[in-house]
Amino acid sequence: MRKVYSKIESIAGNVITVKAEGIKYGELAEVTTSFGKSLADVIRLNGDTVSLQVYSGGRGVSTGDEVRFLGHPMKVSFSDNLMGRIFTGSGMPRDNGPELTDNLIEIGGPSVNPAKRIIPRNMIRTGLPMIDVFNSLVESQKLPIFSVSGEPYNELLARIAMQAEVDMIILGGMGLKYDDYLFFKDTLEEGGALSRTTFFVHTASDPIVECLLVPDISLAVAEKFALKGKKVLVLLTDMTNFSDAMKEIAITQEQVPSNRGYPGDLYSQLASRYEKAVDFEGAGSITILGVTTMPGDDVTHPVPDNTGYITEGQYYLKNGRIEPFGSLSRLKQQVNGQTREDHRALMDGMIKLYAANLESVEKKSMGFRMSDWDTKLLKYGVIFEKEMMDLTVNIPLEGALDKGWEILADCFTPEETGLKTDMLNKFWPSK
Amino acid sequence: MAVSKGKVTGVNGNMVTVEVEDVVSLNEVAYIEVGKQRLKAEVIRIKGDNAELQVFEMTEGLGIGDLVSFTQEMLSVELGPGLLGQVFDGLQNPLPKLAEECGFFLERGVYLGALPEDKKWDFTPVVKVGDTVEKADTLGTVPEGIFEHRIMVPFNLYDRYTVKEIVPAGSYTIKDTVAKLEDSKGNVIDVTMSFTWPVKRPISEYAERLRPVKPMVTKLRLVDTFFPVALGGTYCIPGPFGAGKTVLQQVTSRNADVDIVIVAACGERAGEVVETLKEFPELIDPKTGKSLMERTMIICNTSSMPVAAREASVYTAVTLAEYYRQMGLNVLLLADSTSRWAQAMREMSGRLEEIPGEEAFPAYLESTIASFYERAGRVRLKDGTEGSVTIGGTVSPAGGNFEEPVTQATLKVVGAFHGLSRERSDARKYPAIHPLESWSKYKGVLNESRTEVARSIIFRGNEVEQMMKVVGEEGTSINDYIIYLKGDFIDSVYLQQNSFDPVDNSVSTERQEHIFNIMFDIITGALDLDSKESARTWFYQLRQKFIDYNGVDWQCADFKKLESEILAMIKEKKTGVDESLLAKQGEE
Ligand SMILES: Nc1ncnc2c1ncn2[C@@H]1O[C@H](COP(=O)(O)OP(=O)(O)OP(=O)(O)O)[C@@H](O)[C@H]1O
Ligand SMILES: [Mg+2]
Repeated sequence: MRKVYSKIESIAGNVITVKAEGIKYGELAEVTTSFGKSLADVIRLNGDTVSLQVYSGGRGVSTGDEVRFLGHPMKVSFSDNLMGRIFTGSGMPRDNGPELTDNLIEIGGPSVNPAKRIIPRNMIRTGLPMIDVFNSLVESQKLPIFSVSGEPYNELLARIAMQAEVDMIILGGMGLKYDDYLFFKDTLEEGGALSRTTFFVHTASDPIVECLLVPDISLAVAEKFALKGKKVLVLLTDMTNFSDAMKEIAITQEQVPSNRGYPGDLYSQLASRYEKAVDFEGAGSITILGVTTMPGDDVTHPVPDNTGYITEGQYYLKNGRIEPFGSLSRLKQQVNGQTREDHRALMDGMIKLYAANLESVEKKSMGFRMSDWDTKLLKYGVIFEKEMMDLTVNIPLEGALDKGWEILADCFTPEETGLKTDMLNKFWPSK
Repeated sequence: MAVSKGKVTGVNGNMVTVEVEDVVSLNEVAYIEVGKQRLKAEVIRIKGDNAELQVFEMTEGLGIGDLVSFTQEMLSVELGPGLLGQVFDGLQNPLPKLAEECGFFLERGVYLGALPEDKKWDFTPVVKVGDTVEKADTLGTVPEGIFEHRIMVPFNLYDRYTVKEIVPAGSYTIKDTVAKLEDSKGNVIDVTMSFTWPVKRPISEYAERLRPVKPMVTKLRLVDTFFPVALGGTYCIPGPFGAGKTVLQQVTSRNADVDIVIVAACGERAGEVVETLKEFPELIDPKTGKSLMERTMIICNTSSMPVAAREASVYTAVTLAEYYRQMGLNVLLLADSTSRWAQAMREMSGRLEEIPGEEAFPAYLESTIASFYERAGRVRLKDGTEGSVTIGGTVSPAGGNFEEPVTQATLKVVGAFHGLSRERSDARKYPAIHPLESWSKYKGVLNESRTEVARSIIFRGNEVEQMMKVVGEEGTSINDYIIYLKGDFIDSVYLQQNSFDPVDNSVSTERQEHIFNIMFDIITGALDLDSKESARTWFYQLRQKFIDYNGVDWQCADFKKLESEILAMIKEKKTGVDESLLAKQGEE
């Protein structure tokens, strides 16, 4: 039996200190208060003074409460029993199922040796032309959805999750609204995907420290499944809430902030999570799709900015659409050469024309005269937005490519598209 | 002096306080014992009996009272044959070997020798018994891939020595003694083919430093023609995320006309290193006919690897660069990204509770950046040969705004600035180096007065373009409109270059000069174009031809055919030279 300490020396924010010996950095403890039990972990050792971060927060903790050290760091149970279950950020059941205690694994483990990584090679199909055709998602990619608040980012995330051909989905919710949490649950249930999903959910009303645990616990579980050969898709929403939790905690601990209050290690903290995305040679993979809401629609805000420097591109959600220009999948070249021979040419051609259309739109709005060419482009723009960009469009890649040719044929003559002659000969629809 | 021991008295993230029994020195390396593991750490501050250590690993599981042993050595790298072609982490652990030992994950506390110990090298002595030598003098050579690797007197032997013994030509491992040297006091020192050197101390074994006046050809038109880099010079590439910093460095690492390239992936994505790692062994270096990997080293401390080792990694990289420079070679060090290195310093400074400067970076940020870039240079070695270290660093400014401490401190010390712009990368105009904001203090490969003319046309074309946004095409004169088209033409056919095109991705200086001259004829020409419509059509046709021309092999049949078509088009419309464009900018 490990020793119980019953004298808490100080309580500040979520951090308590006790005098104790033989304690390890990162060790887990259980704090028993009049409101119940909470986990806490050791965040600092100074002589015999041990600082602990209490997962359920410092509120209500009294100096006479009991602290019992558990002799190991934070762990989570790992087995197939996780499927279909819903937990909190500290791994406690949120549904009515039993607490899982078998086969405990550590969270926040070491990173993959770069020499063991492989070049990504499999496309993940989503049925969304703006992704499949223009910015293909690739297995083991890490990609956030940059979104203005109020946009249907969770709907988009749920749709991709439902359609993506993966073996397992892990949903990490941070500061999720309760309604959103229920929305995910219902959508996955209706789509029959709940049985291959595990939720780790921190809602807006839960203690802030638990928010910090969500990515680590989700990714630790994902990693184990991937090592057992599963293709795992991890959805993290919303990473801005995660960053804000870090900011709040750093400020209460009086750390010097670097940029708009965020701690100086924001980049490293985010990177160590996103870099868990991997394709294990001879086993499974982890693909991470996150949501990063942009306060004030500002991409230069520290959270989207640092995220952009870490991830392999981003989907930019604006006005209910995935914007073709702000969006980029940096890994698309790895896969879009092997789909259909017209894929790349059509992708480039249609985007160039859409960019030209936007110029015409601008000219028009400034009252300049519209040439015949402008008029054609304007027509194309309207159709492109409706048939390709709209989030309700749901067609397989090949269907979307065929549709692309139809749209072009509807608006232009073959030469006007700027596409190569051999492509035009082969794919231009005959009227 | 005895080796000190100590005990852990505090842990705060990767900062550990240790009570020390005996003397310790700043930057000394120590090992902390945690169970069966020994974690490497470096002393970064000393206060009385307490030393503060930054640990190069995760510190979970450390406890008060854990034993610490100091080494009396500063953080060092192993130098000797067998470095080329390797992939190391920031502390010079060979990653593929680590993977053989530990599997998928980077296990902490495992440190392996950097150099292959069993490999035999064919040693040819160049000194004989009785010769007098000093540090950095060559004792013999071994072939390492395509290079002659000099086996030198270790740089940390500070006396003059008499060669007592030198082994005959033959094959030896790095642990075999190849020479015995006697110092002025009569002590005899065994010398092998490898030795260690502290990474934070520059290697300065040269006769003199020379000015960086020879261009380092990158085969990028925009760089070589307009913003050149010099051998032994320094340059930086700041830019927002996704603007193309890494791609630019990747193509440079392939194409740069240097002997050796060191890629320092510092706090960036692991996946990007993998691309280099998997592709380079397959790519043939046209200059040597051997795989590109034979001239490359990768130092990789990616973003999820421990932060303290990230801080060390750029020093590891530059030390290896200086070592090969000592062999009379031109070495290029590409660091991506120096901002991550600066952030590692910031994290450490925060834990030390130092007084923060701007954006919480430490006050010594500027001087640290300056002294890092100072390690670049072109030198004349003591034997008369020349060698150089060129450093190119990317910068990842917060919010893409160059008015931030790391970019500003870097701009003060580098010789060329390749600023990437968000507008250009969004418009897929690659490389997205901004032609009006970037600069270089080095001499380019082409005639400077002619490139100045081209530059001023880009500038004026841009002015017209800005004006047109306000007054529309209708409100612009035909002459202005043609200047705009000329500027746009330079941009499309010369500044932009497709890095993924098999031909266009690398353009020799010979070809650059050749096409620049044709382009010069066009952009300085007085042209017989009477309407905007006809001007636009003519330029667009010419542009299409020129892009095709850029995409075909130098001097092949198609190249000649396209060239004659281009020349014919020029002849048809060019009536003379537009003198106003040739005037010096100051005289306008
Ligand atoms: N020269 C180029 N030619 C074609 N595409 C390019 C070029 N440079 C960049 N790109 C495109 O832009 C993407 C991002 O480029 P890159 O990874 O070099 O950006 P970066 O500036 O290093 O970004 P970060 O700071 O996030 O690392 C690439 O994946 C590629 O799609
Ligand atoms: Mg990059």
